[in-house]
Amino acid sequence: MTPAEIRVEILDILSEIAPDEDLSDLKDEQSFRDQIELDSMDFLDIVMELRKRHRIQIPEEDYGQLASMASTVGYLEPKMVTM
Amino acid sequence: MSGLAAGIRLAHYDQKVCILEKHWTIGGLNSFYRSGGRNYDVGLHAVTNFTPPGTKKGPLARLLRQLRFKWEDFELSPQVGSAIAFPGVRLGFTNDIELLKSEVAREFPKQVDAFERLLDQLADYDDLNQDNFGGSARQFLSDTISDPLLIEMLLCPLMWYGNAREDDMDYGQFCIMFRSIFLEGFARPFKGVRLILKHLVRRYRALGGELKLRSGVERIVTEGDRAVGVVLESGEELQAKRVLSSAGIIETQRLCDDLTEQTPDRAGQLTFIESISVLDRQPKDLGFGETIVFFNDSPKFTWRAPAGELCDTRTGVICSPNNYLYPSEVGNLEDGVIRLTTIADFQRWSELNDSDYARQKLWWYDRSVAAAVRFIPDFRSHVIDTDVFTPKTIRRFTSHDNGAVYGAPEKVLDGSTHLKNLFLCGTDQGFVGIIGAIVSGISMANMHCLREP
Repeated sequence: MTPAEIRVEILDILSEIAPDEDLSDLKDEQSFRDQIELDSMDFLDIVMELRKRHRIQIPEEDYGQLASMASTVGYLEPKMVTM
Repeated sequence: MSGLAAGIRLAHYDQKVCILEKHWTIGGLNSFYRSGGRNYDVGLHAVTNFTPPGTKKGPLARLLRQLRFKWEDFELSPQVGSAIAFPGVRLGFTNDIELLKSEVAREFPKQVDAFERLLDQLADYDDLNQDNFGGSARQFLSDTISDPLLIEMLLCPLMWYGNAREDDMDYGQFCIMFRSIFLEGFARPFKGVRLILKHLVRRYRALGGELKLRSGVERIVTEGDRAVGVVLESGEELQAKRVLSSAGIIETQRLCDDLTEQTPDRAGQLTFIESISVLDRQPKDLGFGETIVFFNDSPKFTWRAPAGELCDTRTGVICSPNNYLYPSEVGNLEDGVIRLTTIADFQRWSELNDSDYARQKLWWYDRSVAAAVRFIPDFRSHVIDTDVFTPKTIRRFTSHDNGAVYGAPEKVLDGSTHLKNLFLCGTDQGFVGIIGAIVSGISMANMHCLREP
C-alpha cells in the first residue's frame, strides 16, 4: 500500500469508529484528538481494526505513534508496503 | 446485558465467544415478561444517560460507537419530566439541567452558588479513570452545600438508581449517577427494554457469537491460577481461554472450584419490591403527568434495608412508562401503567411460606401504593390489574445474593479476580443500569480480552 492508500484506509477506519464525525477537513499534522472526539476506547479500536483488516500487530508501547494522520501513516508505511 | 455487550465486542474482533445464560430468557434484571396478555419490563424504569442524536461525549455516545449502533437503533424517547418530592418541597428536573438549577434557586435560594460549584466539580470527573472513585459522597456534598435538606434531596434519586452501599455512596458512583440522571437524563424505547435486548442479541449472533439459554454454570474449572473452562448444570463441559462473569463477585467466587472456604459476607443488602398497577386510562388523565417521582416522607433520607419489617415505605420511586415523549406516529402505550419501587428485606421475604408470601404481596402492594399517593394523585380507583415482584423474584432473575439489585457494596473496578483470566463484568464491576451494564461489558472486553492477541 502507498502512503495515500494507507491514508484512505485510516479514514475508512475512523469513519467506522466515529460515524458522526466530519472527516473531510482532517488535518494530517494535527492530532486526531484535537479534531475529533476520540477517547481511549476509540484509540483501541484503530489498533483493533488494523489487526482485524490487515493482521497488523501494534504493541501497546507504539500506540503513541497513532496520534495524528501523518504519524500513523509514517508508522504503518513499512508494515503495509507489501500489502 | 453486560455479557452481550462484551460478546459483541469480542465477536466483532473475530474471537470465538459463547454466552451462557441460566434462564430461558435473556437480560438478567433488565428483562421482560408477558402475563395476562400484557407485556411487562422487569427492571426498566428508564434508560439513563440520555443524550440527543449527534452528541459525541458521554456513555451513550461511547457505547453506540463501540458497538457500531446508530443512535436511532435504540429508539429512545426522552422523559416528560421528573421530580424529587419531600414533605413540603418538590424539585422538578428534566433532561435539561437548567430546570433543576432554577428549581434549586426557587426552593433553596441561598444554595444557588454552591450548586453551581457542585456542577463545576462534577464536570471534571472522568469515569474512565478509577483513581478517584472512593471517598464519601455525603462528605463531598456537605463540603459544598450547607443546607442538609438539599443534600438529602439530591442523594435520593442517585441512591435509588444505583447505590449498592447503605447510608452513604462512593464519590465516584455519585459522580457517575449525578451525570447519568441530572446532566444527561431519562429516556425509554416505546417498546421497552426488549427492543434494546433484541438489537444486542441480533448483532451478537450476526457476528458469529453463540448464545446458550437455560445453560446455568455449575462451576468454573480452575488449574493453578487460571480458569480453564466451565461445567454447566447439564453436566456439559466447555473450555475457554478467558472467562468473563456477570454473576457478581461473591457469586462468581462461589462457582470457582479452587475456593473451598466461604468468603466473608460481603453481599449487598439493598433490594426492592416493585408493583405494577395497570390503569383504566392514561396516568396523565388522572393528573399524573410526570415520568418519575422519587419521594421521601421526612427531611432525612434513609437508604438501608428495613429494620424489622418486610418493606420500608417511607421512600419510594413512582414511574409511568406512559409519560415519555414518544413520537406522535406511535402514540402512547395502550395501557396506563404506574410502577412503584419500595425498599424490602430479602431475608424476611425469603422465609415466608407460600400462602404468607402471596398474602404479604397483596398487603405490601396496598401499603406501598398508599405511601406513594401522598405524593401523586390517588390512582387506586382506576386500577384494573396488578403485579408485584419481590426480592425473591430479583434473586431468581439475577442470582445475586440477597436479591441485591445493585450487587455488592465493594466494586471491583478493574474486574480482576483471584484468577488471571477470570474477570467480572456487570453490576459488581461498578456500572449499573442498562447503559452501565453495556459500558461495563465493553470496557472489560477491551481491557482484558482485546489488548493482547
